[in-house]
Amino acid sequence: MLVGSSKHLLDVDSLSSDQIRDLVENAREFRTLRAATQFKSDILRGISIYTLFFEDSTRTRVSFEHAGKALGADVINISASTSSVNKGESLLNTSVTLDSMGVDALVIRHPHSGAPHFVAQHVNATVINAGDGAHAHPTQALLDVMTLEEAIGNLHGAKLALIGDIRYSRVARSDIIAFRKMGVEIAIAAPATLLPNDWTHGVNSLGVANSDVTVHGSVEDAVRDADAIMCLRLQLERQSAGLLPDVNEYSRVWGMNSQRLALAKPDAPVMHPGPMNEGLEISTDIAHGGRSVITDQVQNGVAMRMAVLEHFCATLG
Amino acid sequence: MTNVQKQTNPMVIRNGRVVDSSQGFDATADVVVIGNAVVSIESPGTTTLSDGWTEFDAGGKIVAPGFVDLHTHLRTPGQEWKEEPKTASDAAVRGGFTTICAMPNTYPAQDNASVVNALMQLCEAESSVRVRPIGAITKSREGQELAPMRELADAGVVGFSDDGDPVMSPHLMRQALAYSADLGLPTINHAEDRGLVSEWDMNEGAVATRLGLRGLPNSAESVMIARDVILAKITNGRLHVPHVSTAESVEIIRRAKSEGVNVTAEVTPHHLAITEEWVYGEFGEVPAVLNEHAYDTNAKMAPPLRTETDQQALIDGLTDGTIDTIATDHAPHADTDKVCTFTEAANGIIGLETALSLCVGVANVDIARVIDGLTVGPSSILNDASVGTLRPGTPADITIIDPDREWQVSSHKLGSKSHNTPLLNYTVKPKVIATFVGGVQVWAADKNGMAYV
Repeated sequence: MLVGSSKHLLDVDSLSSDQIRDLVENAREFRTLRAATQFKSDILRGISIYTLFFEDSTRTRVSFEHAGKALGADVINISASTSSVNKGESLLNTSVTLDSMGVDALVIRHPHSGAPHFVAQHVNATVINAGDGAHAHPTQALLDVMTLEEAIGNLHGAKLALIGDIRYSRVARSDIIAFRKMGVEIAIAAPATLLPNDWTHGVNSLGVANSDVTVHGSVEDAVRDADAIMCLRLQLERQSAGLLPDVNEYSRVWGMNSQRLALAKPDAPVMHPGPMNEGLEISTDIAHGGRSVITDQVQNGVAMRMAVLEHFCATLG
Repeated sequence: MTNVQKQTNPMVIRNGRVVDSSQGFDATADVVVIGNAVVSIESPGTTTLSDGWTEFDAGGKIVAPGFVDLHTHLRTPGQEWKEEPKTASDAAVRGGFTTICAMPNTYPAQDNASVVNALMQLCEAESSVRVRPIGAITKSREGQELAPMRELADAGVVGFSDDGDPVMSPHLMRQALAYSADLGLPTINHAEDRGLVSEWDMNEGAVATRLGLRGLPNSAESVMIARDVILAKITNGRLHVPHVSTAESVEIIRRAKSEGVNVTAEVTPHHLAITEEWVYGEFGEVPAVLNEHAYDTNAKMAPPLRTETDQQALIDGLTDGTIDTIATDHAPHADTDKVCTFTEAANGIIGLETALSLCVGVANVDIARVIDGLTVGPSSILNDASVGTLRPGTPADITIIDPDREWQVSSHKLGSKSHNTPLLNYTVKPKVIATFVGGVQVWAADKNGMAYV
């Protein structure tokens, strides 16, 4: 079993590769159990988990709720738009209020980077980061590791092409850290306006060495001989911010389609964290084709969040 | 300045290292004060005491002119919960400052004589240091129409600034420089081109990328400084660049000065001493794993903390005179402005009390250059020979420094009403142990008062 070093899950950087392997293994067991039976456990009976979402979400929020309930926890969902946040209550006071109700774990999604870190300073509860600004999305990275390992086997030395809006993507940051911990080589392709400004000469700001992550000026260069591909969501407001000429050009130059996919290794799987702009960053035939493992990502999302909640909450209460 | 009016006994400050670059003086000496003024600087031990004279033993200490800060946010009127003249002056004297210039980003703004006069009356009653007002460049600091700059000059402002907000319109900036050129007062433009980047959290670069925060590039500052020095050149205006933070800015100012442009510049102690890594909340260390103390809102300011390259360029610029003065940008904020997410947090840190320690103890700039930058630098920009000097006949504004004394920055010892500094619980040196304004002691580091013998 795991030996947790931190009370909170703020990002994957706090997890060792062994811990990630353990979480993946546990998640796989949960997935098998769920597939075989009407699985219901009481591992987390008496534990209260609040999901506190300051951004819209489908898969992350629902999968955390599903995961918590499957393990017997009391799960309460709070969305900012229907809470006192709408009356101007601060994040501090909202968090302290919920903490006072005796919550054991707060699962937080917030548009500001570092919001879960801030909350963790001020509450007794365990904080699970469900996505903060452009910073991190640790459970997404863990389920991506799980999905890719299922799809291609051994990750060490495999090459992952990571395509799209890297600059504003919390998924990209957490994925890069997590996959690097598992020995995956990463080839990035994005227009310069969607790359972090300090990455034009190599990736050096996430604690990974330059040579481990390469940056390419075309999708073709990044995808060539890749063992797997991850497409990232394009936020449509990037165009109005002047970062892109238009979505048609983006689709033509940076979108994943069958011609580009043909440059990768045969059978290389295609991932996408969702929600997709189908036809924009990924063509419909790829998104729903035989190489897509996007629905596996969603299924694994529930199982991985069960493993995460078990790990971080089983000893609470 | 009620205290300053008090009559005092004649006083001799003995045996200190007297550093006064306004007179090119740096030697062990006695400073003689009678009434509210410096009377003379004598060879050590040569002054005979008469009855009723007091003596201050400054052996092993540094005796300097009281510091002058060109850039203090008094937060009054309008945000008195952050700072007031009384608490700002409590902070000032602890940092050795005897004159502070009040920035006009108040509510209402200091954009007309009535607001300036009201603030000066309040300061006269409540502040233990001299306060000089800075007027707004534009009405309500909105960057649309010029403020009544001549009315403000008549009311005693010592410069013009829309601080916190840049004058974005090149047309208006040109007119401001031209209109005020014959007043001899500096126009101080917060250099941040919001057309380049409108929303940001910290310096653009590796730390912002790792933290997923929005970056402000160096160019947002240097582009606007380049524009402003060109406008100063064509108008013969008097430009002062506040809180220079980037290597490129230093280079542009160096070149403008070499071309004879009437430009001066300031740097803050924090930009000299600390870098963007302080946002990690570990006193500048880079953590292997981000914990809950990352995203330190007390390290958020405008302009943001930059890189080591910029820091070195700023130190070089101060050393070679490209940068004229050190100014604190003392920017108090209440907890509600800082105990929040990094993106929500207000810009600014308090600076009066830590200025000397940051420059000398952390940035390792030579103390004589630092004193020069805190005295002669600002007094020449203010064109005021009565401050920042120990010249005989000038008011006895004096700061005494223990160069070896360490102190820990702790919130309960700060004079400021606000405690927003990333240096909390950090140990620094040197320490200001006594401050005099017009011959009256307004600060003593030790409870039992100054070390009279």
